[in-house]
Amino acid sequence: MQLYKIVEKEVLAPNIYSMQILAPRVAKSAKPGQFVIIISDEKGERVPLTICDYDEEKGTVQIVLQAMGSSTKKIVALEEGDYLKDFVGPLGVPSEFVNEDIEELKKRRMLFVAGGVGAAPVYPQVKWLHERGVEVDVIMGAKNKELVILEDQLKSVAGNLYVATDDGSYGFHGLVTNYIEELVNNQGKEYDICVAIGPMIMMKFVALTTKKLNIPTVVSLNPIMVDGTGMCGACRVTVGNETKFACVDGPEFDGHLVDFDEALKRQGQYKSEEIKKEQACHIGEGGK
Amino acid sequence: MDRFTRTPIAEQDPQVRSTNFAEVCLGYTEEEAMREAKRCLHCKDPLCRPGCPVSIDIPGFIKHIADGNFADAAHVLAEYSALPAVCGRVCPQEDQCEKTCILGRKGEAIAIGKLERFAADWARVHGIEVGKTKPSNGHRVAVIGSGPAGITCAGELAKEGYDVTIFEALHEPGGVLVYGIPEFRLPKETVVKPEVENLMKLGVKIETNVIVGRTITVDQIFDEGFEAVFIGSGAGLPMFMGIPGENLNGVFSANEFLTRNNLMKAFREEFDTPIKVGNKVAIIGGGNVAMDAARTAKRLGAESYIIYRRTEAELPARVEEVHHAMAEGIIFEFLTNPVEILGNENGWVSGIKCVRMELGEPDASGRRRPQVVEGSEFEIEVDTVIMALGTSPNPLIASTTEGLEVNARKCIVADEHGQTTREGVFAGGDAVTGSATVILAMGAGKDAAKGIDKYIKEKYANN
Repeated sequence: MQLYKIVEKEVLAPNIYSMQILAPRVAKSAKPGQFVIIISDEKGERVPLTICDYDEEKGTVQIVLQAMGSSTKKIVALEEGDYLKDFVGPLGVPSEFVNEDIEELKKRRMLFVAGGVGAAPVYPQVKWLHERGVEVDVIMGAKNKELVILEDQLKSVAGNLYVATDDGSYGFHGLVTNYIEELVNNQGKEYDICVAIGPMIMMKFVALTTKKLNIPTVVSLNPIMVDGTGMCGACRVTVGNETKFACVDGPEFDGHLVDFDEALKRQGQYKSEEIKKEQACHIGEGGK
Repeated sequence: MDRFTRTPIAEQDPQVRSTNFAEVCLGYTEEEAMREAKRCLHCKDPLCRPGCPVSIDIPGFIKHIADGNFADAAHVLAEYSALPAVCGRVCPQEDQCEKTCILGRKGEAIAIGKLERFAADWARVHGIEVGKTKPSNGHRVAVIGSGPAGITCAGELAKEGYDVTIFEALHEPGGVLVYGIPEFRLPKETVVKPEVENLMKLGVKIETNVIVGRTITVDQIFDEGFEAVFIGSGAGLPMFMGIPGENLNGVFSANEFLTRNNLMKAFREEFDTPIKVGNKVAIIGGGNVAMDAARTAKRLGAESYIIYRRTEAELPARVEEVHHAMAEGIIFEFLTNPVEILGNENGWVSGIKCVRMELGEPDASGRRRPQVVEGSEFEIEVDTVIMALGTSPNPLIASTTEGLEVNARKCIVADEHGQTTREGVFAGGDAVTGSATVILAMGAGKDAAKGIDKYIKEKYANN
């Protein structure tokens, strides 16, 4: 049995794919909040991705990814029956609630906010809680109806599922931050904690909103990283004036303490080099 | 023959090599190696041997080279070391075996490292099989980490007939030999890979992409039927200075910079991983890693500065590496210490603010303590800063293994046989000592293999 076989591949939305990967050791040890790193081929990068689901019996781990740069494009070009070169994990610290008392959790009013492909890492958290009798509310936001993913899965495990689209083509018309304010200010909802996962810029604004509303907030950061085990320090992030490594100290942090402006700048650190590499690759292809 | 003068060795021209990643030292030819080996006095009570952390029979292998029996020389080396082609290149011989060579008193010590490298390379090129193993004894041992400590421990145990599996966190085996030491000092395809393959020929299995403490725990390893565990997980966590501006774009740890270049092969266009080098790079630190980072940056096209707070005499890097770096045009700023990294409005490094230092009274390490010269602040314009300040062990394994004690520096506590505070768990190398050298890690791996052998045999005898 060769490892890291793509046993299932599905298109969730334009350019967004779900893959089930055979990785029994990871499937057995994965917990909500953790991530994996995958390498497509000999020349590929180490790409960190959140875990969407895991099945210990089948030995599979589900990942969801959006084809953005050359590395993610390479990965989504692989088909069912193909193999990833490497698949390592689970990385990072599991969500804090995993170690908490279930009865305490049942009393907690929790709101999850998922932006775009952030729905993928939110799903295993909500599912884990649902399986233990903890019902939580979920807001999922997307640019438009086409880009709403994992709606049925989330509906089956969430207490209430609220969908928002930027263009109003489906569900609530507006951003997730507008929806949070709508629920709390106009619909009388009260929350003890918010967990927000999505693009860095969304997490920044969710944290600003919940700060105003006095709701403690956890965010899951996705900075640049190489090894994912604490070796390189590329994922440095300032949390409450302290430098943390997102890969080993996180990826989840107190959203009200994260320096998002620095994190956003750091995310763009290799943009120009990536473009150079990509152009070099295409030049190479042209010369063949 | 001039017995007191070392046979010169060919090197790539500094002007040429500072633009490529091919190996700097080209090694001895057969004639040169024999000429150098013939200088050895074959002391009855050799002073070189006690200087070697793995006690290689140095006069023994040198004698074979002098006689032109290169395969025999390789066989002698294989009895003591799993990585002779690596050690011949990266060991600090000038502080070990060559330091105590009797010829060094009147002239130049024998080039033991260069001869070791010659014999190992010759054996590889000529396809000489060196490892011999005893029949399987049926006992299973797990080794965590495939760096110098893990490779050595695994190799020694496999030779004794143990069934050994190595768990490696990264996607390639080799540890620091692969992610840390650059190609121009230690070629990966021609030197490291064959040494790892030799290990697999001894029957050692390597499972990559397994992070102990995350993917599996030490307890689960025992549950899988392993009778002892060796932890050789190294010292992988980079240190930073804690000065303002360290999180600006363009500040990297040497670990990140070197891992991108060496493990991920960013210097080769056809590989996807990007690397950022900029036009003018300041490397902070004076060890081998700082030299590696500076010379790598130079090869990637940048002007490279080494900023070190003491003087040339205190540089912890090997003299050979310092000389190579200087010849390649690396600029050294001695008695200089950064106090702040300056940034532009977009959050990128624009310079580094430093102070001049002077040496005061000796500190606990015996080296004179650098002190700030008041009012000496000045700025150097750079666009990249690389921190090469040392590393500390990753706490992951210790924090997920009950009964495994660590000290204040997060190093695993182990005795001279590698025995930790947890039964059946042994450790060695940088995970125990904090960042040190390849050969010291190998020595620890070897000692732990003996400790594990004794532990399992005694346990078996009692049951």
